[in-house]
Amino acid sequence: MSSKKTDRREFLRQGAALASGVAVGAASNAASAQLAGPETFIQGSDDMVAYGSRSRFVDSKRIPHGGRHSPDTFGLDFHIATPLQEQHGVITPSSLFYMGTTRGSYLPDIDPSKHRLMIHGLVDNPLIFTMEELKRLPSVSRMHFVECAGNRANNRMTTVQETHGMTSNAEWTGVLLSTLLKEAGVKDGAEWIVAEGVESVKGASSIPMTKAMDDTLLAYAMNGEPVRPQQGFPLRMLVPGFEGIFNVKWLRRIKVVDRYYMTYNDYGHLTQDPVTAALGYQIGPKSVIVHPSGGMQLPGTGYYQVSGLAWSGGGKVARVEVTTDGGENWFDAEIRGEPQPMAHTLFAFDWDWDGSECELQSRCIDELGQIQPSRQEIGEFYETPPGERIRVRGQDNSIQPWRIHSDGSVHNAII
Amino acid sequence: MRSFKFLLPIVVLTSLTVTAQSPTQYGVGRTPTAEEITQWDISISPMGEELPEGSGTADIGAQLFLEKGCAGCHGTNGTDGIAPRLVKRDVGVLENPWGYGRILPIRSPFATTVWDYINRGMPLGLEGTLLPDEVYSLTAYLLYLNDVITDDQLVLNQDSLPDVKMPNEENWAQVPDWFPKEPRLQGYPY
Repeated sequence: MSSKKTDRREFLRQGAALASGVAVGAASNAASAQLAGPETFIQGSDDMVAYGSRSRFVDSKRIPHGGRHSPDTFGLDFHIATPLQEQHGVITPSSLFYMGTTRGSYLPDIDPSKHRLMIHGLVDNPLIFTMEELKRLPSVSRMHFVECAGNRANNRMTTVQETHGMTSNAEWTGVLLSTLLKEAGVKDGAEWIVAEGVESVKGASSIPMTKAMDDTLLAYAMNGEPVRPQQGFPLRMLVPGFEGIFNVKWLRRIKVVDRYYMTYNDYGHLTQDPVTAALGYQIGPKSVIVHPSGGMQLPGTGYYQVSGLAWSGGGKVARVEVTTDGGENWFDAEIRGEPQPMAHTLFAFDWDWDGSECELQSRCIDELGQIQPSRQEIGEFYETPPGERIRVRGQDNSIQPWRIHSDGSVHNAII
Repeated sequence: MRSFKFLLPIVVLTSLTVTAQSPTQYGVGRTPTAEEITQWDISISPMGEELPEGSGTADIGAQLFLEKGCAGCHGTNGTDGIAPRLVKRDVGVLENPWGYGRILPIRSPFATTVWDYINRGMPLGLEGTLLPDEVYSLTAYLLYLNDVITDDQLVLNQDSLPDVKMPNEENWAQVPDWFPKEPRLQGYPY
């Protein structure tokens, strides 16, 4: 065979194939061609390479909480709630983590190379650490929620962001406070610590030594990167299961003391009633159905996965129960993933909606056997007369009812 | 930056000395000087052990309340500003002082807490700039406005301030002792 002849034949064959291909493509995109891709593409940029950002089609955002705008007229941030209804899984993205401050505070803009932590007071060896020194010490990474005392639902609220958005959950990495206290050598008679931040009000909280030595964590990282400024960069205290205000941000100083110091933060918790005092300290067992929740619209009858978050300041979530008939019958929800102590835990429940009006609720049972109470049960506990508005004292861990109307709309059913 | 090179040998020597002095497990961190601790430590116990020397009166505090800008946010009388109200309402003398409301200089069981908050957290934007004498005077003024003290010439200092009897001194609930793995409140209503 001459190569010349072969070349010519090959040329003709290719030409024919190309012509027919063009013809098919022009006639229809279906048969053998690939599915069309997206209409537009994101232009690569150095910024996007260095630090990714979310899709322009995703717009979940935090909102000011509790009727006070953030930033306020002074430029202070106060309370900001996370969009739980947009969250999937148990990790709150750092950029959407809820925020609370003591009085309202300008965000400290701290150079970590200049930041120091001092431990002093009733210790044998007062110590000062740089951030680099803290990172040299043995570390732990743990999932923990933080929840504000202001995470209280009422009947004027619509969405789960309004009723429950003042809690968030992250993986925190840092040094156990017990490691540092052992280094410093706690003296006899040391019963409390006072932890203090560097923000303008230098917010300080008193924490019992039992908790300080148990699982309190000084975190320099959350969700794999340095703690964000709104969460206390470069160092914050995590007091797992205690109300938000104890989790001191921008932590600079820990004083070991012999008694309860009534700091301004502690004054904020002050009450006359020992029951309320106990209920405003360690957070109770709590849960909320997030899908579906207030303001959502079910498109029609049929299958839905009911899902939500459960947590407790007392330890791990042991069980979550769900009712679809306003509390007449309760069923075990499925726990998704391995529950961690004092961490948001995902639960889910298979549900077929028949189109009739109904009420969804969830309740958390923790490893201590504590059961999340309904508002009615709380009313009975305080012997609230029938018809009188039920007051939930201390941290509000009452059951959240969502009413599904027959048109599929979902409503807050707190009376 | 260049000067660090010359400092390096000194730094190494210092940290060696500290490590030798501290019987810690990891030998990380350094011992603060007594001066550093004094400078950093602004905690005030309810009994006021850490209060610095100084003194003031409500009479002087009334002037400072205007001069230091307090009135700008809290109102000229401490009752009508955009910042929290500082004076109880005119409700006479209540049997239960809790009824005066959430107003720090009357609700707090300890006068030292009032001193501490002004000292660490006021005034907005200039926190930490007040001198001890000024904090004693402003504390005295707020206590005076709330009828906790009745003499605007009464001198409050590191010795007398902790002795001021607050109406809620005995009238508050201690937080419970805390131990791991215990319910927050036995019997509620679980």
